[in-house]
Amino acid sequence: MLTKMVFSGFGGQGIMMMGYALANAVMKDGHEVTLLPAYGAEVRGGSANCTIAISDDEIASPVASAPEFIVVMSTPAFLRFQNHIKSGGMLILNSSLIEGETIREDIKVIPVPAGKWALELGDLRVANFVMLGAFARLTGLVALKSLEEALVSLFPARKAKLLELNQRALRFGYQTIEKEEK
Amino acid sequence: MKSSANKVLLSGNHAVAEAAIRAGCHLYFGYPITPQNEIPEYMSEHLPKIKGGAFVQAESELAAINMVLGAAATGRRVMTTSSSPGISLMQEGISYLAALELPCVIANMVRGGPGLGNIATAQSDYFQSTRGGGHGDYRTITLAPCTVQEIYDLTQLGFYLADKYRGPVIIQGEGLLGQMVEPVELKEPDKKDLPPKDWALTGAKDRPGRMLRSLILEEGILEEHNWKLNRKYLEIEKKEKRFESFRMEDANLAVVAYGSVARIAKGAIKRVREEGLKVGMIRPISLWPFPGEAIRKAAEKVSQFLVIELSCGQMIEDVRLALAGKAEVNFYGRPGGGVIPNPAEFGRVISRNYYQKVRKAR
Repeated sequence: MLTKMVFSGFGGQGIMMMGYALANAVMKDGHEVTLLPAYGAEVRGGSANCTIAISDDEIASPVASAPEFIVVMSTPAFLRFQNHIKSGGMLILNSSLIEGETIREDIKVIPVPAGKWALELGDLRVANFVMLGAFARLTGLVALKSLEEALVSLFPARKAKLLELNQRALRFGYQTIEKEEK
Repeated sequence: MKSSANKVLLSGNHAVAEAAIRAGCHLYFGYPITPQNEIPEYMSEHLPKIKGGAFVQAESELAAINMVLGAAATGRRVMTTSSSPGISLMQEGISYLAALELPCVIANMVRGGPGLGNIATAQSDYFQSTRGGGHGDYRTITLAPCTVQEIYDLTQLGFYLADKYRGPVIIQGEGLLGQMVEPVELKEPDKKDLPPKDWALTGAKDRPGRMLRSLILEEGILEEHNWKLNRKYLEIEKKEKRFESFRMEDANLAVVAYGSVARIAKGAIKRVREEGLKVGMIRPISLWPFPGEAIRKAAEKVSQFLVIELSCGQMIEDVRLALAGKAEVNFYGRPGGGVIPNPAEFGRVISRNYYQKVRKAR
């Protein structure tokens, strides 16, 4: 089955890292994957987004017409991408930063206070991986363990502390959503 | 399930660089330009660590291509990469490389033009790559990948063909393909049956001197040289055509597209197939030599062709030449440097063509 998703937010929020970590994890699980970063004359604080396609067969188009899942980390990303999502799809939004409600009635909207939870871990910068952990739990597309392992290849050995913090962020996002579901 | 577990995740740009290094290309000369800067970045990190390797950020594209020419003259594998405006600046050097019959690989991660244009993806350099590009009667083998694995494979094939036929080979990438990240299997390059480089300038100790020159003033000699080049191009046209055929077995409408557009079109074809529309695709992998016979052969069964490009129509001329009026050719294109089309958009275009042309004809 082919599933497409978009991660979006501000440049500097670690959007590409979310995509890269997910692509690494699903590749190591033996799936086909394509990660397409939107590249423009982007800057820190500007817009950033990437499209990920996951399948067990050859992936034709790396571009998504209407993705099943969209994660928005900022208000501009929310306003821009809420219309793109497939009917019946899921919009996961960073409720620590995004105010306002979606105009769509045909999609599932899940608020995740990624910024708040990251601050509970002591570092706002890991909001991206808190969100990715929550994403993994909400979508069931990838195992938490696969993501944690994927991070090992993304952080150089001398940054063991950062690796540990980011893995903790993944677990925190995943498990907090899990608890809320119960 | 096809396993990706033993692969590595690479961007298209990094795949060009890694494939080149593994193919034994340890010399790189270039000048930065978006959207291919990850290639020189990667080369600058890896080549200085290799014995005899060199990375030079030249002062301009003109300098870079002439450094490539100098290095190629010694028989070493060498490459440069750039994007559209930079490749335009290199055309003089590419013409000299063709004249001197020097092997090298040049990757063009195409962006929007003309002029400086912008940094968004495009396919508007088709003419420049497939018609020689610079002055004189020459052609350059032009390979157009559509996945990161294929970027890797064709870059290595490019070095092989450059050595085999003694000349520059163009890898026709695209901005989008350079940035795209996919799993890649790092294969080892093919080096078998390559001719010895008995023309290389390696120092004339204990052997007669050699000379490489493109200024040929003696009467009749330049014509002879051009006939020789032409025989080589005819041989390449005979042996090196490459294409992919997708769902053509029962197709009533054939899409012709290459590179990233072929991927998006393939997604669109899968959609319209679900609605029962019999649509297939021919994807040229070698843009020159152009796989015209494959298209002509398809016309025995298909009367409608739809060329899709991220330009206002360049490859369509080769499709028309191949078909020579045997089938109707329609076109859908958008100029490069704009919004990237998606499968839904191509699906609508394909459906419209199908219902207007194929259904009507029955």
